[in-house]
Amino acid sequence: MPKHKKQSILVPIVAILFGFALGAVVLVLTGRNPGSMFLAMFQGATGINVKAGTFNPRYIGEFVIQSMPIMLSGLSVAFAFRTGLFNIGAEGQLIAGSVAATAVALWVQAPPGVHAVLVLLAAAAAGAFWGAIPGWLKARFNVHEVVITIMMNYLALFLNNWMVLYVFGSKDRIKTALFPASALLKDDALAALTNGSRLNWGFVPVLLSVLLSWFIIEKTTFGYSLRAVGFNKEGARYAGMKVERNIVLSMAIAGAFAGLAGAVITTGTFNYGRFLPGAEGYGMDGIAVALVGGNAAFGVFFSALLFGMLKAAQPLMQSQGVPKEIASIIQASIVLFIAMRLGIETLISRLKRKSPETLGEEAGT
Amino acid sequence: MAFVIEMLDIDKSFPGIRANDHVTLQVEERSIHALLGENGAGKSTLMSILFGLYQPDAGTIRVRGKDVRITDPNVANELGIGMVHQHFKLVHNFTVTENIILGLEPRKGLVVDARKAERRVEELSRLYGLNVDPRARIEDISVGMQQRVEILKMLYRDAEILIFDEPTAVLTPQEIHELMGIMRRLVGEGKTVLLITHKLKEIKEVADSCTVLRRGRLIGTVPVAETSEEKMAEMMVGREVNFHIAKAPANPGEVVLRLEGLNVRNPKGLLGVKDVSLDVRAGEILGLCGIDGNGQTELIKAITGLAPAESGRILLGGKDIARMPVKRRLDLGLGHIPEDRHRHGLILDFRLDENLVVHDYMRVPYARAGILDSRAIGAKAGKLIEEFDVRCGQGGATPTRSMSGGNQQKAIVAREIDRSPGALVVAQPTRGLDVGAIEYIHKRLVAERDNGKAILLVSLELDEILDLSDRIAVIYGGRIVGLLDAKSTNENELGLLMSGSSNKVA
Repeated sequence: MPKHKKQSILVPIVAILFGFALGAVVLVLTGRNPGSMFLAMFQGATGINVKAGTFNPRYIGEFVIQSMPIMLSGLSVAFAFRTGLFNIGAEGQLIAGSVAATAVALWVQAPPGVHAVLVLLAAAAAGAFWGAIPGWLKARFNVHEVVITIMMNYLALFLNNWMVLYVFGSKDRIKTALFPASALLKDDALAALTNGSRLNWGFVPVLLSVLLSWFIIEKTTFGYSLRAVGFNKEGARYAGMKVERNIVLSMAIAGAFAGLAGAVITTGTFNYGRFLPGAEGYGMDGIAVALVGGNAAFGVFFSALLFGMLKAAQPLMQSQGVPKEIASIIQASIVLFIAMRLGIETLISRLKRKSPETLGEEAGT
Repeated sequence: MAFVIEMLDIDKSFPGIRANDHVTLQVEERSIHALLGENGAGKSTLMSILFGLYQPDAGTIRVRGKDVRITDPNVANELGIGMVHQHFKLVHNFTVTENIILGLEPRKGLVVDARKAERRVEELSRLYGLNVDPRARIEDISVGMQQRVEILKMLYRDAEILIFDEPTAVLTPQEIHELMGIMRRLVGEGKTVLLITHKLKEIKEVADSCTVLRRGRLIGTVPVAETSEEKMAEMMVGREVNFHIAKAPANPGEVVLRLEGLNVRNPKGLLGVKDVSLDVRAGEILGLCGIDGNGQTELIKAITGLAPAESGRILLGGKDIARMPVKRRLDLGLGHIPEDRHRHGLILDFRLDENLVVHDYMRVPYARAGILDSRAIGAKAGKLIEEFDVRCGQGGATPTRSMSGGNQQKAIVAREIDRSPGALVVAQPTRGLDVGAIEYIHKRLVAERDNGKAILLVSLELDEILDLSDRIAVIYGGRIVGLLDAKSTNENELGLLMSGSSNKVA
């Protein structure tokens, strides 16, 4: 088992290295310097400009800002996946969360601190509701969750836009009125600490979510039964577990993580509800994050940081003459290399000059 | 006579297991050579080495006297070695011919020459008496036929040495009989057959010589004609094996499980179980026998809660459980050793210890306030593994999927018996297991009976029903057509009842 575990961490690491290598090769082929890409990424993550020898903490703040929502949508996808469900609906659950966050921020009056917590709870509840619907349809009528969640992404998008224009009201048809300060996750102290970045208290619920997700899945009896359903529905039924209930609950919890991301964006990064011309891709990024993170909470934590770093480095790359699209190429090729897991495993065991361990698992049959 | 295959001093280890420990296997040309051993004795590993799926850690392989290195299955194919896997590797919506030529398609210009391929398949089929329709679709033909397609696949590739990996596990008695004929025919045409099995009857019927492995070590190679079944069983298990279990007369008490006018629909929506009434008493084993597909599966599912009952009552200790969820039935004292251990009995991707608490994971001491106590779970697993002699490389942490079938089954039996339910529904408890494991499981079931438990045993194996049961019920077309005392009946009478040609409700 320990041997196997080591390899399961090794595969994504190799895939990530390959992804960066491929990005570098593309740059070389188009006659650009891959070194400046790596320097831009380094600066994006640490704030250190190696060439100029300067340090600007604002970049660290922006790096964290980019990582937070995809960490939550990644958790959402990963959590559902452990119960054997493919949650394509993190995007819609996230939007449902932002609608609820906007409503509570605009309509509820509460003291500072309390108000922000209410916003977060409402967003999580809305996301949970949005996730529970496809879960219930799956459990009750065996409708495939992929179809329903995709449709519900559109429902959420149009619901949001209708609410912004006609319920919350918008003067410029782009955003709602500004939220009161009590509802916001923003904090001048955090901004000052990071030289005016958009860093906010959103990282607290994000980190708590990572821990909570890990704890539920790995440590509780509820998580045990979720995993059982994910691996073998019939076996779980035989063992006396409530398979249908678990499917609904799993989707609801997954939705709650995504809904939370909606609040973190709406009241952390921004301070108003937004009209959305189209999906922003947090749900799709969440799928990639979950995949690279091996659907485990801490794996999602690191892979969201990686993808957040790639996003944060994009403007810096452009300023260095590196096209920002290269970040997308790297992200896509990492996902591709993860999908080639078997090939990478073979490669690793060849390099170790050992008998292939993947085959060794069948020992004693 | 010359040896066509020699595997000399083969060594192979996996994490936690020495799968082959200096094993030597020599196979004579044009013979049927059996490889016998318990589940997990290292037969499959040895054959996988010969077929190029694994590399040995040490040892030499010779084919027709020449040293060879079989690095992958393609090399094995070139050497004329073919393998019929236990689980067929066929494309279900392709025809027989399409499956056989896959990867070796004869061409006419740019297109596949289907006509030519079909002719060749038909010729081979006729030569070896396989009787396969080259144009049939795989999904439309029986399991026995599919196996013949696998055999044809090897013959099409000019295999001279054919390895059969437990070929009879999936076949009906009639199909098994025909397969034996095919093997003899193959040898008659100059091929060599290597038969991996743990069924002594088959070896006795068809094989020329037999190599026995036990726990990865070579025990010996014997000529089958001069060796008794008992002797081979002893070599395989390492001690004397009782084919018939010794048990005291039953001492039945009150009725624990009672079925009253039970009707159950099958997946097609028809009544698979019709108006069945049965009593199982404390301290007795009631055997339910019948030909596969006569309602046994539906009956078990209705009792255990995996499928709804259409009408009728299921009384467990006087309470009607027919409409209760699975969990409540388990809590009321129902145990279930399921027919399909992979689909129901185990969560294969769980660790062994996780599987051993699958009913009770939410109870103290395995969990407190909803939080799992992995130490308590591990301790429980350790106890059961030792008590029931479940062999696994890494104890409770062993991935269940990596265990052999017999040990997976032992784990299920351990879990269910340890829960000590008042009524135990046991379905096909020894399918695919070796004699040692069968004997052990039978002993445990009889011990449970003697402990005053009510046991409903459902099995397709008549020997098992006759050996274990105190009373025998026969099911045909979803109805109970016979209820007999096990001591005063025999195979012939049961056979007649099972085929629906007589009716006897005592």
